[in-house]
Amino acid sequence: MESKKYLNDIIQIKDMMSRSSRFISLSGLSGILAGIYAITGAVIAYIFLLPDINSDVILHSWNFRMIVAILIAVAILSFVTAYLLTSRKAKKNNEKIWDDTTKRLLINFLIPLVTGGIYILIKLNSQHYGLTGSLMLIFYGLALVNASKYTIGNIKYLGYAEIIIGLICAAFPGYGFWFWILGFGLLHIIYGSLMYFKEQKG
Amino acid sequence: MGLIDNINKLFDHRIRLGIMSILMVNEEVDFNRLKELLNVTDGNLASHTKTLEKAEYIKIEKSFIGKKPNTRYSATKLGKLSFKKHIEALEHIIKNQT
Repeated sequence: MESKKYLNDIIQIKDMMSRSSRFISLSGLSGILAGIYAITGAVIAYIFLLPDINSDVILHSWNFRMIVAILIAVAILSFVTAYLLTSRKAKKNNEKIWDDTTKRLLINFLIPLVTGGIYILIKLNSQHYGLTGSLMLIFYGLALVNASKYTIGNIKYLGYAEIIIGLICAAFPGYGFWFWILGFGLLHIIYGSLMYFKEQKG
Repeated sequence: MGLIDNINKLFDHRIRLGIMSILMVNEEVDFNRLKELLNVTDGNLASHTKTLEKAEYIKIEKSFIGKKPNTRYSATKLGKLSFKKHIEALEHIIKNQT
């Protein structure tokens, strides 16, 4: 009898600790979709805007603006999808999506991401295009690792993978486009599928 | 000599146990957040935080955000240590009885 009460105490401690410090896990499906958006965006850029992938894209040119527009569209679509699917999941589990932990999650995610974004823009303005793909992957990876403290799941491994791909990308200049597809497209789909199957199982 | 000796009476209560669990993993938590997580009334929460403060397990800081009073709670070193011991005692009891 006594030990049952103590077991309940332990369960309650665990529950309170996780509910008060960890944000609900992101839905796996949103990862898959983010990957698909990224690949779609890249395909559009490849077919219509980069007939010759090795030719220089000049700042402020029509091509350049379209690529930036595609990038922003992919980012916004992924974010909105993640938000909608995650809040749907939260509702099902009777959890609140917007609380202190979510705020901390967002802040910790945005610090490296915004830093990287500003850094890339500064470099672009001084005609340094070469490492853009690599920098995006690295800073995105760091943002994921930083935010992972506030999520359930294994998002930090996705972060590590993005950082590694970003570093390899830095060693192979000229292939940034392909590494970008690998990191933002394929990795998201793989990670999202793993999460999705896990969700279905348990 | 019984294992029960290590059980901390102060933590042997659902709400106080909850407060400490939350403060173990959060540096600082305010009153409303605690209330929301624990699902308790104002008066109930206030009396339990006072008990924990008296034992010097938690620190209470009062301030104002605009005109609204804001009370923030954090665990003291003593509180964290005592709570860890309490958890160990719980684990011990469970392991030995099953």
